[in-house]
Amino acid sequence: MEATVVIPAWRANLATIGALMSRAKNELLRVPGAAIPGVLAPTIFFLGLNGVFGALTQLRGFETGTYESFIVPISMLQGAGFTGAAAGVNLARDIEQGWLDRLLVSPAPRWVLLAGGVLSASARALIPASFVLAIALPLGAGWPGVDGLLVTYLMVAAMAAVAACWGSMLALRFKSQSAAPLMQAGMMAAILLTTAYAPLALLQPWLAEIAEINPVTEVVEAARQGFVGEVSWAGTWPGILALAGLLAVLGALALREMRRTGA
Amino acid sequence: MATNLRVVRALGMRSIRQTFRRPQLMAPIIVFPTLLLAIQTGGAGGAVDLPGFPPVQSFLQFMLAGAMMQSLMLAGNSGGIALAVDIEMGFTDRLFAAPISRYTIVLGRLAGTAALGLLSALWFFAIGLIFGTEIEGGIPGALLAIALVTVTAMAVGGLGAAIALRTGSASVVQGLFPLVLVVLFLSSAFFPVDLMIEPAKTIAEYNPLSLIVEGVREPIISGIDASDTANALLAIAGIVVLGLVLSARALRHRLRVG
Repeated sequence: MEATVVIPAWRANLATIGALMSRAKNELLRVPGAAIPGVLAPTIFFLGLNGVFGALTQLRGFETGTYESFIVPISMLQGAGFTGAAAGVNLARDIEQGWLDRLLVSPAPRWVLLAGGVLSASARALIPASFVLAIALPLGAGWPGVDGLLVTYLMVAAMAAVAACWGSMLALRFKSQSAAPLMQAGMMAAILLTTAYAPLALLQPWLAEIAEINPVTEVVEAARQGFVGEVSWAGTWPGILALAGLLAVLGALALREMRRTGA
Repeated sequence: MATNLRVVRALGMRSIRQTFRRPQLMAPIIVFPTLLLAIQTGGAGGAVDLPGFPPVQSFLQFMLAGAMMQSLMLAGNSGGIALAVDIEMGFTDRLFAAPISRYTIVLGRLAGTAALGLLSALWFFAIGLIFGTEIEGGIPGALLAIALVTVTAMAVGGLGAAIALRTGSASVVQGLFPLVLVVLFLSSAFFPVDLMIEPAKTIAEYNPLSLIVEGVREPIISGIDASDTANALLAIAGIVVLGLVLSARALRHRLRVG
């Protein structure tokens, strides 16, 4: 009589998440070209915005010395937004091709299936962020310090997770890659309707009002602090809180859609 | 001639319907440029106070031409993607087998792109007027700007069509999206050239798109200027010629390889 080996549920869940992340990594290694738009777009935005709007630093009230320093965290977060949205597009493709159906008949809990894609997006977002940073530093962006860099990378990884939850929710809702523009536009709006281009005092009144209530503004400010000044806990915790809130809300909505898909 | 015109009209209408039915084609033409217009106007609106900024009623007034340019460039790119999808799906092969002029197939697609350019111009004029923008050139100025945007959309669509015919791959044409952004940023679409930072400033000075942008912008911010209009028409003519030459060569290549 053979002995039955019982694997604890948490270990099985971790193994499944690891397998899903490994699949995402394989996609990246086998089709490296697919990652190029996600890397190129934020880099072009960085170079373009800097070349075009660089003179804004001459405005009274704009206290950052160089526009490169001011805009680089935005481009890094944009990279996270694009990468997260791409996770949604990939999930929509998996739905269209029937791959998700096969995952849904497995004994893995729904949240595990979702977590695999979300955590992959978090890890992948570090690629465009590092690329943009490598371009920005020689061009004049200030060195944020090790603590500033860690805070920025934390914000980037968590923002990608938020974007992946948003993209996955839409993918599960519409079950089509046609929803891709909505995934990207949503993230673009969330990141740019903040103090992305200029400090709060220099924004047009309508945008300043939106930026004040947009939780992503806290994420932008936390990611930016090392590039434009000193890093402090007071400047960091609002960003962490905003991301935790966004992850809780969008994660719950994505999970609800995942459960409905399997029902 | 009459048959060719009917084919162009039918294929043009098909192209427009296709764009409206597929959100992934429509979003880059209307949604993204509108979003970016709002964000840039709200975020960089203070730029009008910079020394050297041309006299304008508002930053929105200045930005309208840039938003139209972005929209028409992406319309040209989307038209190329749609044509490449037609090639991949075999629809173009069926058209090649039909007793119609080969060039009507490309012209039909370009007519659709031009119509989308017209729609984009009307859309952004409507946004401008709703938010209180004055068109300094009046109705003639607005009509001139709309005409320039429509013709430019067709010209840019010619380049997209040439690449689609040459490669026959939607993903290759889609991959040009970042290049479209580069060309836009390195022009006067979003900011006066004199206030841009080097090397973007020098590149923008030589970018033919800057000439078209100024041709569209002048009727909006100060009135019709013959010299700006002539420069814009010259730049458009250059793109048309390039598009025609490349499309003709690519069409011959497509007919050869099937």
